[in-house]
Amino acid sequence: MAVDNASITEVVLGGTRGGPDVKTLREDKWWKLPLVTVLGLSAFVVYATWAAVWGDSNFFYLPHNIISPFYSPCLAHACKAAGDTGSPVFDWWRLSPALIILVFPLGFRMTCYYYRKAYYRSFWRAPVACAVQDARPGYTGETRAPLIIQNIHRYFFYAGLVFNVLLTIDAVQGFIWPTLHHQLVHGQYVTQSGGFGMSVGSLVLCVNATLLWIYSLSCHACRHLCGGQIRSFSKHPIRHKLWKFVTPLNARHMTFAWCSLFFVAFTDLYVRLVASGTITDFKIF
Amino acid sequence: MADVTMRIWRGDDKGGQLVDYRIEGNEGEVVLDVIHRLQATQAPDLACRWNCKAGKCGSCSAEINGMPRLMCMTRMDQLPAGPVTVTPMRTFPIIKDLVTDVSFNFEMAKRVPAFNPPPAPEGGYRMAQVDVERGQEFRKCIECFLCQNVCHVIRDHEDNKAHYAGPRFFIRYAELEMHPLDTNDRRELVRERMGLGLCNITKCCTEVCPEHIKITDNAIIPLKERAVDAHYDPVAWLGRKITGRKKRSADEAAALRP
Ligand code: SF4
Ligand code: SF4
Ligand code: FES
Ligand code: FES
Repeated sequence: MAVDNASITEVVLGGTRGGPDVKTLREDKWWKLPLVTVLGLSAFVVYATWAAVWGDSNFFYLPHNIISPFYSPCLAHACKAAGDTGSPVFDWWRLSPALIILVFPLGFRMTCYYYRKAYYRSFWRAPVACAVQDARPGYTGETRAPLIIQNIHRYFFYAGLVFNVLLTIDAVQGFIWPTLHHQLVHGQYVTQSGGFGMSVGSLVLCVNATLLWIYSLSCHACRHLCGGQIRSFSKHPIRHKLWKFVTPLNARHMTFAWCSLFFVAFTDLYVRLVASGTITDFKIF
Repeated sequence: MADVTMRIWRGDDKGGQLVDYRIEGNEGEVVLDVIHRLQATQAPDLACRWNCKAGKCGSCSAEINGMPRLMCMTRMDQLPAGPVTVTPMRTFPIIKDLVTDVSFNFEMAKRVPAFNPPPAPEGGYRMAQVDVERGQEFRKCIECFLCQNVCHVIRDHEDNKAHYAGPRFFIRYAELEMHPLDTNDRRELVRERMGLGLCNITKCCTEVCPEHIKITDNAIIPLKERAVDAHYDPVAWLGRKITGRKKRSADEAAALRP
């Protein structure tokens, strides 16, 4: 239908609204979900901060070659001390090695469309739940700094892919054990003939890498780049196939976001407990 | 079923209040049935808008126990025990009782530059089935405007109405941008003038949509990613420079109203 430009009029602002003047009329437990989100995210942030800043020992268990995902790739001076390779470029870095790399996974999650929803709702309370009034009077959304930076998300997605490759390599290396002759590993002398081995730890690293891949593949930016951005699927059959492959994953992005988040922390904890000698990494063969 | 208490907002632009009515309820009824019985018995002057009573016309939008819903699709027996609160949509100016003035939405509809196909080739236009299917979800919209109503961008911040299309029209923009025969490029228009950046993807529109359209995942986020292509991504910018491909400015896109 043709619309004559002259028929477009200014929107009239400030009409009187109906209904009672209250924050919300909802009486169901709308605060439950944001509360659970706050608790879940806070728990992760507290644990991750501790693990990254103060946990710079026990992030690597040499006999089974398993490394915490928070510390991979391990670049700083502390890595060599732990028995990992380290990198000459970052040898001067005396703080926790995790701090060099953590900005990428952190940035990836912070700019993720799902986490944005989660923290805008639960922490910023804009809105804390549907049909519940925003906590603050002014609102500009993601139109200006600092939140306009969310548009960078696809670059963190690319960086995330690099990390997924590195963590996959770590997972593979968790099956390749070094030969040790009476070597001191966290207060214990270990002797083993190296080669192919499998422990619970190697499997934990595998699950972790898999979950991170699924989380990345279900990303909205990924879906867009695979094929979402094209106008005509029929003219781009391969990209259409890719899009069709990631779309069902994308529909479960929230689930994968939580599973992978939880499992990354769990993997770190597991490696720590093993490396510190608190638990034994059960050897399968 | 026993009697029920309906707590209904009565009033107009000069003010109003919640009024309790005790009234008979029957098995299998929806909220709109009880409202109709109220009109027939105790409150003949109660204003409410409805047409189909089948969830297809989008007229009977209101807020039931504080949640935006269609009155004709909300069963009484699925609401918790106790009084049932029915109030008009909060975001639009009140006319009377449960009836609001939704013309904001029609103003925003007029601003959408319409479908703009190339001249028809010999034998007419052709479209492949996969391309037809892609937009079908968006065509289910019944224009109930519950999504517009729940969206906090305008529900809680009146001033944003001047420059915000809202979720219902984001799905329209998305549908057009995903149409293989459309030749316009509205990406800068939605970003600059239609308030795409105001949406913070908190998904309330998706939660209330009676047609279960995945508004945020399938329309708004794809539009945001398109805005990144057109405006924020430096590599895409470089690509345009090298290939000489152009994007349309907001003005150019808006001017293409056939
Ligand atoms: S997702 Fe965006 S458009 Fe939908 S209700 Fe939330 S802010 Fe509004
Ligand atoms: S998108 Fe859904 S909620 Fe919004 S107007 Fe259409 S049918 Fe209603
Ligand atoms: S990782 Fe969540 S949307 Fe990209
Ligand atoms: S009366 Fe038509 S949708 Fe409710």
